[in-house]
Amino acid sequence: MKLQIKNISTAIKDIHIKRLLVIMVLWMIFMGIFRFDKFYTLINFQTMAAQFPEFGLMALGIMLCMISGGIDLSVVGVANFVAIASGQLLKIIAGGAGELNGFEILLVMLFGMAIGLAAGFFNGILVSKVKIPPILATLGSYELFRGIAIILTGGKAVSGLPIKYAETIAGKLFGLIPVQLLFFAAVVLILSYLLNRTTYGIKLYMLGTNATAAMFSGHRTERVLIQTYALSGICAALGGLIMLANYNSARADYGAVYTLQCVLIVVLGGVNPMGGKGRISGTVLAICVLQMLSSGINRFPEISSFYIPLFWGGVLLLVMVLNYYRENKQSQGGHKKAVISKYRIWVRKSG
Amino acid sequence: MAQSVLKVVDIKKSFAGVQALKGVSLEIKAGEIHCLAGENGSGKSTLIKIISGVYTPDEGQIIFGDKVYSKITPIEAIRNGIQVIYQDFSIFPNLSVMENLAFNEELANKRKLVNRKRMKKIAQEALAKINFDVDLNAKVGSLSVASKQLIAICRALMLNARLIIMDEPTTALTRKEVNALFNIILDLKKQGIATLFVSHKLDEVFEISERFTILRNGEKAAEGFTSELDNKKFTYYMTGREFEDKPFVPTNVSEDPVLSVENLSMNGFYENVNFSLHRGEILGITGLLGSGRTELALSLFGIMQADTGTIKIDGEPVKLDSPETAINHGIGYVPEDRLTEGLFLPQSIGDNIIVSELDKLSSRLGIIDRDKKKEEIRQWVDKLSIATPNPDNACSTLSGGNQQRVVLAKWLSRDLKVLVLNGPTMGVDIGSKHDIHQILRRLAEQGLGIIIISDDIPEILTNCSKILIMRNGRISAALTPDEADTQVLARYMM
Amino acid sequence: MNRIMKNLMQRNEFYISIAIVALSIAIQLRSGQFFTSNNIVDLLSALIVPGLFALGAFMVIVSGGVDVSFPALASLSMYATTRILVDTNYQGGILLPIVMSLCFGAILGAVNGVLIATFKLPPLIVTLGTSSVFKGIMQGVLNAVQITVIPPGMSSFGTAALFIATNPQSGLTSRMPVAFLALVIVLLIVYFVLQHTMYGRGLYAIGGNEVSAYRAGFNVWLIKFLLYVGVGMISSLAGLIRVCMMTQAHPTNMLGMEMMVIAGVVLGGTAITGGSGTLTGCMLGTILLVMVENSLILLGVPTFWQGFFLGVFIIVGMGISALQVSRAIKARGALTRRVQQ
Repeated sequence: MKLQIKNISTAIKDIHIKRLLVIMVLWMIFMGIFRFDKFYTLINFQTMAAQFPEFGLMALGIMLCMISGGIDLSVVGVANFVAIASGQLLKIIAGGAGELNGFEILLVMLFGMAIGLAAGFFNGILVSKVKIPPILATLGSYELFRGIAIILTGGKAVSGLPIKYAETIAGKLFGLIPVQLLFFAAVVLILSYLLNRTTYGIKLYMLGTNATAAMFSGHRTERVLIQTYALSGICAALGGLIMLANYNSARADYGAVYTLQCVLIVVLGGVNPMGGKGRISGTVLAICVLQMLSSGINRFPEISSFYIPLFWGGVLLLVMVLNYYRENKQSQGGHKKAVISKYRIWVRKSG
Repeated sequence: MAQSVLKVVDIKKSFAGVQALKGVSLEIKAGEIHCLAGENGSGKSTLIKIISGVYTPDEGQIIFGDKVYSKITPIEAIRNGIQVIYQDFSIFPNLSVMENLAFNEELANKRKLVNRKRMKKIAQEALAKINFDVDLNAKVGSLSVASKQLIAICRALMLNARLIIMDEPTTALTRKEVNALFNIILDLKKQGIATLFVSHKLDEVFEISERFTILRNGEKAAEGFTSELDNKKFTYYMTGREFEDKPFVPTNVSEDPVLSVENLSMNGFYENVNFSLHRGEILGITGLLGSGRTELALSLFGIMQADTGTIKIDGEPVKLDSPETAINHGIGYVPEDRLTEGLFLPQSIGDNIIVSELDKLSSRLGIIDRDKKKEEIRQWVDKLSIATPNPDNACSTLSGGNQQRVVLAKWLSRDLKVLVLNGPTMGVDIGSKHDIHQILRRLAEQGLGIIIISDDIPEILTNCSKILIMRNGRISAALTPDEADTQVLARYMM
Repeated sequence: MNRIMKNLMQRNEFYISIAIVALSIAIQLRSGQFFTSNNIVDLLSALIVPGLFALGAFMVIVSGGVDVSFPALASLSMYATTRILVDTNYQGGILLPIVMSLCFGAILGAVNGVLIATFKLPPLIVTLGTSSVFKGIMQGVLNAVQITVIPPGMSSFGTAALFIATNPQSGLTSRMPVAFLALVIVLLIVYFVLQHTMYGRGLYAIGGNEVSAYRAGFNVWLIKFLLYVGVGMISSLAGLIRVCMMTQAHPTNMLGMEMMVIAGVVLGGTAITGGSGTLTGCMLGTILLVMVENSLILLGVPTFWQGFFLGVFIIVGMGISALQVSRAIKARGALTRRVQQ
């Protein structure tokens, strides 16, 4: 009996990852058969690797918040805010000549990340201290950050940036590896280290599982929440800095579809929207699958790329319905589980 | 012989291959007060759900008067006069008393439109049945627990109930409220309405019920008249084991107190509390719900803060403003409600054990030493003999007693000075309860100061070396176990 | 009297009303243009679409759920309706378009309903998913582009006026659209359903405690299913009205409205956790946000400050109600809080 439970529990942990792997392999085979010459090229893979980090980073931030039992819907707002502010700073630093050196780029990036940190910190305060439900708090702060971004630009785009910035951030290391990918990889490594090897990781999972018990275990839950939203803010800021380089401009309403897309990624990657469960590997895999699907579909000019959200939303709903059947089979007689989930809902309600 | 309102015969039910009920029969007569007892997992809640139509039995019959069913729906159960009052009372906190009372009848009559006049009448009639006076327009969420329960009872009585099933009805009530409830049950009896009282609290079983049925592992362990039951038999029927409870005699008491509380007051909860605890002692604090015992415990753990007074650890005054500082001063707290306050059920057993000593197992930067962590977990699984094949399994795979041990391990691993346990064996079966008491005694002998807060009087009497009784926020008596017995304690509690 | 005051002070509606009054007075003092008949009419006409959406969102939130798919649902349904009618060269009145969009709305809403009621999936994630699907169908399958010429019946409905308000000083005129009646009618229906039918009380009951609702005999599945169907219909109607009023169908310009609409509802005192909230509050909250969107310009605030103020209003509004809740919990003490569940 106990062994059985163990097997099931490891299977649950991996089932999302398995599913994503199957989708990815099937898709790669499909592309291999129908568009081999167009899909399996170095340039295509380089393009994909340059595209996904911008929303991938935002998805990582949302993932952290979702593990804590919340959500961060403000990531796109933070990203655009950071992109605009950094873009304006770049123009000031570069002056009329448009000259820029490596140190100055680094400085601008640190500036952008500091804004992201502050924005995330602000979200964290709203969620942990003021105790606004995370959905609403970040929804509100999304409007706020977007509003500030619009004020900064007067609603127009920031363009005419020194070309050096885009060349550096959207460039390729050894002419091969996109720099954006390096940023993404670094953040993934740092976060997976944080989640798996540090006390912060354990505290985060515990908080997402049962906030009351975490408090009774002596964790400073408010601090963990603030740290989490701050991290999400930094991730979003990096996403914004990459967007700035990819488009060589910034605007308050860039990437509007990313919010939804990132939530979908995170759920598909196996993160439980109720908190406490989820792996970074699942999220990264889901990011890659999404990018491959959309790039792949683009190789079929007869199919509109507008099918991607249809497909993506459909997959999400299907996966959740499948989960429903799987969990129902498992938890027959699982009264305890129902009681606990009921309680957790209550805990959430009472904030 | 009175006519029976409900008879179930040879009920069997299994879930995913696990047999929860192995052929249980039960008969309840009109106007009878019947107690259904059993440990967690004995099948009593499954049985109630079958009677109320929530679950369908695999085999067996359910008989109401002369009607025989092999399965029933919740509606049929209600039509046959069965009403269940759940532990959460099934109320709508956001709606008015009137609506809470009137919904069932309006829905049973398939009414589609709201008629406030009619609903008001229904509600008034319902309240009149037990002479309960409450503002019909008040939101139920703003009422006291006891009032909520009375509303649930009124509602149950409306649909011509002949049997009211109360699931652990006294858990959240003060003693006065319990008495009021018992009077109502006796009153119902006069009206010919039977009560099936589900409880695991011995004293209540003896006090109110006429007959009892005890379930163990899905089978009926005993039934009969309560007058023929005694403490020892009750325990035996519940567990199938016999326990000897030797009183606890502290052997290793330190000279200076490890914890002393001086003139501690918190407005509205407790006032002027004084006591001291030495290493090696087990101090029992008891009192009714609302006596301030829980708030006092929470203040010792930094979750609530006292307004005035001092708490001293090893003679040094300390300011306990968060659980973290309490832990750093060597105070641990085992919460009242294990599932909701103590454990992270879906997470691994190992992580549950080390969750409060993360700083000990990590570097200053917060990087965890994996080998140390693994060794620590292994050590505590062994020390407290937590029955699991693998500490990486989810904590939810453990039984109640083992889960309680995990909570203990979490605190013991901290090298504490004082351990506060709030209801340490609530909801734990009697076997594990015994084991947990043994562990606590051993810890006291090793020099830990222990405070047990409990309303389980036998538990306090046999395991504590000092007993404090709280009443209305004050300490009404400080006794030693040989000065006290159940009656004495009860007298100071009321 | 004192009790009434105290009662009033605890209600969000009270604070929202104050905020609305303060904002209107500020605008009036600054511009002298707020309390002019044409400005009021303009505001009311701007309220129609968000108001209808808010009614739907309100019911969902009362039931303990949340719906973010309504703009996508409305866009898809209005686009499908307009496309079909344009392609068949429809020349008739407004009735058929309304019936069609209500049908589309019901079908799309039923998708949400099945996923949420039958499979018991979290509403936020479900509606995020269906919103993506609806968008995909609209832009992918239907290949949506802007439709600049809509059937005459629709445009004449959209431009028909109940009356025309004229500003005596500036001579500016504003038409009060007939479509405003739609908002009034739907508002009355929703009011009736919520206050005077067992179905409506069932929504509150489910939002308060779903398990209890089931035990009391409410058909929880049916209530939830019909809720999402109904909300789909209301949202669709809003979408259609918007097309009529703009006399063109733009597939994407409603997307993104969900945030503002939900914010308005919650600002009006509707608990995001379900079970409590009033229609008055819901409408007041929406009015406040519509005012922020439409009237700030009269205050001399540049339009691009709108988003900022919207965000500030949302955060401050929710912050106040969140702090109220946590203060109430604290006052009741930790003990009762636990027992309460």
